[in-house]
Amino acid sequence: MITKKDVDHVAELARLKLTDAETEEFTQELGGILGYIDEMDQADTADMEIVSQITGLSNVTRVDEVKNKSDRENLLANAPAQKNGAILVKKVFE
Amino acid sequence: MNLNELTIKVASEKLKDNKISSVELTEACFTQIEKNDKDINAFISTLKDEAMEMAKASDVRRAKGESLSQIDGVPIAVKDNMCMTGTKTTAASKILENFTAPYDATVIIKLKNAGAVIIGKTNLDEFAMGSSTENSYFGVTKNPSDLSRVAGGSSGGSAAAVASDMCIAALGSDTGGSIRQPASFCGVVGFKPTYGTVSRYGLLAMASSLDQIGPFTKTAEDAEILFDIIKGYDEKDSTSVDTSKTSTLKPKTLNLIKIGVPKEYFAEGLDPEVKKVIEAKIDELKEMGAQIKEISLANSKYALACYYVLMPVEVASNLGRYDGIKYGFSADGENLLDVYKNSRSDGFGAEVKRRIILGTYTSSSGYIDQYYNKAQKVRSLIEDDFKKAFEEVDFILGPVVPTTAFKIGEKSKDPLSMYLSDIYTIAVNLAGLPAASVPAGNIDGLPVGLHIIGPQLSDLNLLNLAKICESQKGDEDGIQGA
Repeated sequence: MITKKDVDHVAELARLKLTDAETEEFTQELGGILGYIDEMDQADTADMEIVSQITGLSNVTRVDEVKNKSDRENLLANAPAQKNGAILVKKVFE
Repeated sequence: MNLNELTIKVASEKLKDNKISSVELTEACFTQIEKNDKDINAFISTLKDEAMEMAKASDVRRAKGESLSQIDGVPIAVKDNMCMTGTKTTAASKILENFTAPYDATVIIKLKNAGAVIIGKTNLDEFAMGSSTENSYFGVTKNPSDLSRVAGGSSGGSAAAVASDMCIAALGSDTGGSIRQPASFCGVVGFKPTYGTVSRYGLLAMASSLDQIGPFTKTAEDAEILFDIIKGYDEKDSTSVDTSKTSTLKPKTLNLIKIGVPKEYFAEGLDPEVKKVIEAKIDELKEMGAQIKEISLANSKYALACYYVLMPVEVASNLGRYDGIKYGFSADGENLLDVYKNSRSDGFGAEVKRRIILGTYTSSSGYIDQYYNKAQKVRSLIEDDFKKAFEEVDFILGPVVPTTAFKIGEKSKDPLSMYLSDIYTIAVNLAGLPAASVPAGNIDGLPVGLHIIGPQLSDLNLLNLAKICESQKGDEDGIQGA
């Protein structure tokens, strides 16, 4: 079953910071949910293929040309920090 | 009758005959909002100034004989997970509390091009995750039938707004039942179209292979009118389908319609009073000439488990974009990684985090085969169940929810018991089918919805059947539980 260590590991992967109380709570709740999910093991899927979607569509493409001329100012309006027309972020590399 | 109590059909006729103006109609809705929304909390934001401008413009167009559509001038509310330029689009989350959408969702463009008056953005469970609207950052939406009970979720705000006549109609979204369940709880019509028939461009994505936008209305006829406006192939949505096929199935008269009643939907877990209401509706149809047949959807018991693997995986992926960098709530940190973690941890509510963790776990190396790949195969099984059923019957009927609206707080401590309220609605999204909830009766004043499911692209025929099945408002002595 899912352990606190699993929850902490997965939270790190998902870029979430959990308090000890949250880790404890989620470990219990997810344990219960995964227990319910385990019922799926009884389903006979031996002959079934993995299906990602039900429309049957595939390779939906369009011509690579710019259609939306979005204005930079409008798009940057929601950015928490900007500089010289670009979004300002903390350094990515050491 | 007050103007805000009208249907789209009647309001549009009165507008056309110049008996009322869009300004009067819109004002009536805002009067109702100002009177009742402090108690119900259906709206996150109202757009009174913009709406009155739209209403005036509609009246001017009408005077020149230039109305744009049947819904020109009709006040519509929109669930706050659809982008509308210049308005706050929050997904009922702290992480988007101050996000102003820089573009319109395709459905918004369609509403605007049809001349609709968009009056506000309605409340929902955060990022559409929930079945009660209790997970909203902006507080729960109360059920207009009983303020101590939930309106349902995740589109609780839209359902409550229509049920309490704060608008003539509304849009919601449905990933596992989020239109149909609140429609059932609030006593209105809620329709989830065939997957792909309504563009998801501009809908804040929750689970991309399951999400679909649909109408909340007072009648099935209104749902048909609104569906016609919002449907259509959209090249901006790569999962969009050609909707002209929804019109080609020839409608049958009731005595030629075969209705399937799945035995799995009437088993343990269904409230006996709800069962009576649904069975009475089915008997009514039988008396009107429909052929009723018991069918089996053998893999129904795996639908909820399948959904609660697939949906959180897609959620974990879709919500990765909320990182405090390009838009939305941003918390500071010592380095980039801390900015991500602080922003997301502070910005997301508990249910959102729960599902992100669940989805990350079940798709991670070592577990992906046991959970995610297995669920994708089970999805195929469920789709096949319906395909086989629709070879024998034209539509499937059953309850929407096992119970009527539960009390606020009743299920919020136990996530799994909350998830179980979607047990009948969920398989429909997995199979991409159209389905509607229509009012079927009341139990002690609490509404009960009838679930109608059809094969893919049978949307218009389904809505025709819905028109026959729906109980009229004020018809409470028609079908009632004890």
